[in-house]
Amino acid sequence: MHNVLQLTYDGIVLGSILALGAIGVSMIFGILRFAHFAHGDLMTVGAYLAYTFVRWLHWPIWLAALPAIVLAALIAVALDQIFYRRLRRVAPVILLISSFATALMLRALVQIIWGPDNHVYEQGISIPIRAFGLIITPDSLKVLIGAAIMVTVVHLFLAHTKMGKSMRAMSDNMDLALISGVPVNRVIFWTWMFAGVLAAVAGILLGLNTRLIPTMGWDTLLPIFAAAILGGVGRPYGAILGGFIIGLAMNYSVLFLPSAYKLAVAFVIMIVVLIVRPQGILKGLSL
Amino acid sequence: MNLAGFYHYGLYFLTTAGVYGILALALNMQWGLTGLFNLGIAGFYAVGAYASALLTTPPAAEHWGGLGMPMPVGVAVAMLASGLLAFVIGAATIRLRSDYLAIATLGIAEIIRLVIKNEMWLTGGVRGIAGVQPPFHTDNQLVMLAVVVVCLIVLYWLVERARISPWGRVMRGIRENEDASMAAGKHVARFRLESFVVGSAFMGLGGALYAHFNGFISPEAFRPLYGTFIIWVMLIAGGSANNFGAMVGTIGVWFVWTMSQMLTDLLPGGLATQAGAVRIFLIGLLLQVILLARPSGLFPERPPPLIGRRERKKHR
Repeated sequence: MHNVLQLTYDGIVLGSILALGAIGVSMIFGILRFAHFAHGDLMTVGAYLAYTFVRWLHWPIWLAALPAIVLAALIAVALDQIFYRRLRRVAPVILLISSFATALMLRALVQIIWGPDNHVYEQGISIPIRAFGLIITPDSLKVLIGAAIMVTVVHLFLAHTKMGKSMRAMSDNMDLALISGVPVNRVIFWTWMFAGVLAAVAGILLGLNTRLIPTMGWDTLLPIFAAAILGGVGRPYGAILGGFIIGLAMNYSVLFLPSAYKLAVAFVIMIVVLIVRPQGILKGLSL
Repeated sequence: MNLAGFYHYGLYFLTTAGVYGILALALNMQWGLTGLFNLGIAGFYAVGAYASALLTTPPAAEHWGGLGMPMPVGVAVAMLASGLLAFVIGAATIRLRSDYLAIATLGIAEIIRLVIKNEMWLTGGVRGIAGVQPPFHTDNQLVMLAVVVVCLIVLYWLVERARISPWGRVMRGIRENEDASMAAGKHVARFRLESFVVGSAFMGLGGALYAHFNGFISPEAFRPLYGTFIIWVMLIAGGSANNFGAMVGTIGVWFVWTMSQMLTDLLPGGLATQAGAVRIFLIGLLLQVILLARPSGLFPERPPPLIGRRERKKHR
């Protein structure tokens, strides 16, 4: 017997993590025109970086998150400078292959540095809060608070800063943005910073919600793509909406499917969207 | 290693390289010729392997099937099954940009692996299927190698013919400029779907041969790294759209990969796992370097000249 209320709560928790990942994927897709296959593994790197500060310096997770976020953003920019920047002139599809290779390299690096075993941020048992028939773990509350903060930051950045507006302009209508004199290279730089920050937070929250394993990000990549496509590629607010829908759908699916097939549910939704409405809910780029 | 061991290892190496060669040629048809981005090679490869294994193994309690059919039936059904799967996926996504096909194929490969892992009644789950018979029920590795090589040669001949045929010309046209091909009256979506389905059916063939050669299959063999990524590296290193290059890339990358495995296997347990990750990192880096330094690969594409067949022979 499944408790629908509990499934809803867990779906929102998962959805908020997917949303943060999907915003980055969606903006990269919108501005740089390729599906970034290394995004999940960038999340993994962010999660493990935070783990390092928690373990070595015994910092609380919110403090450890700060340097991890900065480092992950710098790694995202570095990946762009080393690999993607030079390939941009060729064809977007070559970038896709390159990002697939990057994904593999990042995952291998995580294994080399931190080993193949599972880790958790905090050992020991935390006492869950019981309310309205729900079991609310302190970690899941941290996930919701973290995601709420990030979504607010994203909104303020996109709606009220010049760079945020330029980014939206470029992913909305590339030609119009270029004629209007949007500084392309700076926008690309900030897109990677933005995506790196969000990926790191998403990874850390994912690590809080479950545990850290080298494949954690890769395994989340497909639902994130599904969320970005569902919301409309290049539409950050759509990605948030898409994240929650996919997260809820994946959790509700256990009502009628074995839980191993959660991933398949995200995939089926994505395929249906691609067939019925490829531009997504909030009419994204017609690709 | 003694001489006999070396001999057996050589046969193993060549047979596996042959199977990878088939996969690389199939991918070359999809990506090199037509520009279709298939990131789910492992899925079609797995479907082929399981289809043939389930049909040809003797009855077993651990999984469905065990119909004990002859190998050619298994191989044929394997190709059909992979082709059919490709048709369904392709019909949904082939009109969209290549990124979507990439995401969709990656997704289907992951889901196939989930199904194989979880549907014990059908596939035996993580314990896999054992006792897949080699061709002609002989243990002689040479026979297996011969079968793989014959398949490879026939496939090579087919894809070369396809490449220089009018069909191949349309494919290149679609790859280079979709709108122009459409303007020339070509049904772009149908041509792309044809290439995708035929290529995927050959991936199924590769999977079936792998199952019969290995004798045992499990979901582990169809992870994205071994089933998909390595084949991409082989094709890009050898040269996309060049079938000869794809063969050279296959042998070269497979040689480097197995040799490095032999080296890392000499390390003690824990270190060997870490060294495995180092190898994966390096093969990822190798692909990045090729993409940056020589994106057309060792043997770049040589489009067939627009002249008669007799003239073309002189150019060789």
